[in-house]
Amino acid sequence: MTITYLEAIREAQEKALRDDERVYIYGQDVGAFGGAFKATKNLAKEFPGRVLDAPISEDAMVGSAIGAAIEGMRPIIEMQFADFSAVAINQIVNQAATLYWRTQVACPITIRLPSGGNPGSGPFHSQCLESLYSHFPGLVVMTPATVEDAYTMLLEAVEIDDPVIFCEHKYLYNRLKSDLLPETGLPCDTARVARFGRDVTIVTYSAMVHEALAAADQLRKEDIEAEIIDLRCVKPFDLRTVLSSVARTARLLCVGESWPWGGVNSEVITSVVTHGFLLLDAPPQRINSKDTPIPFHPNLWGVHKPSSQVIAAAARRLCEW
Amino acid sequence: MLDTLKQPKRGVVPPASREQYVEAFNWMLLARTVEEKLASLWRAGKISGGVYLGKGQEAISAALGIMLKPGDIFGPLIRDQAGRLAFGEPLIDVFRVHFGSRTGLSRGRDGNVHRGDPRRGYHAMISHLGSLISVVIGALVARRFQGDITAIGATTIGDGGTSTGAFHEALNMAAVEKLPLVVVVVNNQYAYSTPNHRQFACTDLVERAIGYGIEGHSLDGTDLRECLEVLGQATERARSGHGPQMVVGNCLRLTGHGEHDDAFYMDKSLSYTRLGRDCLKVAENYLQEHQWADEALLENWRKNAKEQVEDAVVNAQHEPLADPNSETWCPYATQRIAAALSVR
Ligand SMILES: Cc1ncc(C[n+]2csc(CCOP(=O)(O)OP(=O)(O)O)c2C)c(N)n1
Ligand SMILES: [Mg+2]
Repeated sequence: MTITYLEAIREAQEKALRDDERVYIYGQDVGAFGGAFKATKNLAKEFPGRVLDAPISEDAMVGSAIGAAIEGMRPIIEMQFADFSAVAINQIVNQAATLYWRTQVACPITIRLPSGGNPGSGPFHSQCLESLYSHFPGLVVMTPATVEDAYTMLLEAVEIDDPVIFCEHKYLYNRLKSDLLPETGLPCDTARVARFGRDVTIVTYSAMVHEALAAADQLRKEDIEAEIIDLRCVKPFDLRTVLSSVARTARLLCVGESWPWGGVNSEVITSVVTHGFLLLDAPPQRINSKDTPIPFHPNLWGVHKPSSQVIAAAARRLCEW
Repeated sequence: MLDTLKQPKRGVVPPASREQYVEAFNWMLLARTVEEKLASLWRAGKISGGVYLGKGQEAISAALGIMLKPGDIFGPLIRDQAGRLAFGEPLIDVFRVHFGSRTGLSRGRDGNVHRGDPRRGYHAMISHLGSLISVVIGALVARRFQGDITAIGATTIGDGGTSTGAFHEALNMAAVEKLPLVVVVVNNQYAYSTPNHRQFACTDLVERAIGYGIEGHSLDGTDLRECLEVLGQATERARSGHGPQMVVGNCLRLTGHGEHDDAFYMDKSLSYTRLGRDCLKVAENYLQEHQWADEALLENWRKNAKEQVEDAVVNAQHEPLADPNSETWCPYATQRIAAALSVR
């Protein structure tokens, strides 16, 4: 039996609904239809009254999740696409993220953002918004890169007492497969070394982990061993694991699919420079998507986001320092 | 158009008893006394941030507050001092939060009208107008999941707040879910400096109820008797399964937007219309006309309100203020997340 990244998300939601009566799912077309991507397939039938279609009202969807969480529920909100969460940004960053700070009442909501590009998706169905949400204190931002993490981290997101922005990558939905789902996983604030290497540290997350792994395969042919750190969660992120890798490789390359300004890559580099400047033999580098809206045509989109070739080239240059 | 408005007949709820009227009146009086004190503390520089008063809206707010029962949900806005007190807010909490006391509801982290105690169903508004309605909706959804079919939720909004997308999304959502929600729209003719005719183009905001498919009510916010009757009816309709209720209360803001605002832009002639009446004075007259209270009793109540307020201020002033050294600076409820972020 194989299970995809998308199915893992469905399985995690099924388990959460089964194990915890405080959980319910709310989002557009998540009910009988099973969600735009089928992440809630059959769940409405299995859990009558707990998987509910929402009107096209992202602001009120998140606002209502906050109110329900205050009263002890654990809502999961499915945004149809990450891009539409922009309509709910007020509720997310001003209401959910500040609630505990202002009132000492926790806000355990999970907001699932189907993120990232697919060929032909264009400017409004392709965004990666982890850098945006990481900016706001009070939010946890998860970016799973594997089938296993999609499963265990979504369960962890539901369990966490703070609002979690769960950035699940659409490109991985049906492309990633695994044999079985784990019982437990690493806690989200622990990074994973996805590949060991001695020459350069590549810090990345979500779909870019797989581009970085492909780059590492190319680099190995040139006798460059890249170490790949999968952050798994970008807020908080596991600085210790990053620093201990940089201590060995002395070179840092950060790769993310979101835009460069004030982003996750910048934060990782700043933290490494601040806490581990003397570990570095070369200036840290970053690769992001180009600083433009996301292009529609695959010819343009293919070079808009970081690719394994671009990652390999940047790693090579770093190693020549 | 208006004939399609589902507007329940008046008089289903009996007129206010003396007991109910007197109770509401005393919350109005206490709220007015609290706010006069807040204004003078603000002028004396004793309060950080803005001070927003509900002068002229106490009747609507108090009437709503006393219609709510323990276990109900209340999302008050900036001019709801009377409703907050009637819903059970301890007087001292008003001053604790305005002073930024460490013992206050938000411990100096947020201030003034943003206070609340969500654990008790008393929600803490954020500034962003319209955004509280869906939070009250969610609380009602939770209650429904939990099998509580007796609670209702109520929240207020101004004429200006009805223009937000959040207001529209929430009213539609509440209607779709048929929730026991009472939304009280207080049309005090202005949103900061913006008059009604620059805010909306319908004849009367209660017409909006038609579009949402919910019941709509109107009331004269200067008349406590009518506020009690109509809000009594609207809360009863919500409680008995008739879905969301929109109540539009008409009145005039008898103060600037906040204490920093002299309201030079307001149309002075409105003060001489029925809308411009002071609901507290109207209620005093009503009490005397019905011989429910004489001047001596009114004076006694005023004195009592003053004493309670003075006591609360003195007690709150003795409490320690927010302090950067004892502040945890932690916005996370989950220990290990907080720990992971504090490593930096
Ligand atoms: C979404 C949003 N935009 C702007 C403001 C700034 N603001 C605060 S109060 C106010 C006027 C509100 O008018 P209204 O809704 O009529 O309520 P009132 O003050 O009359 O009670 C404005 C514009 C805000 N709080 N929220
Ligand atoms: Mg107004």
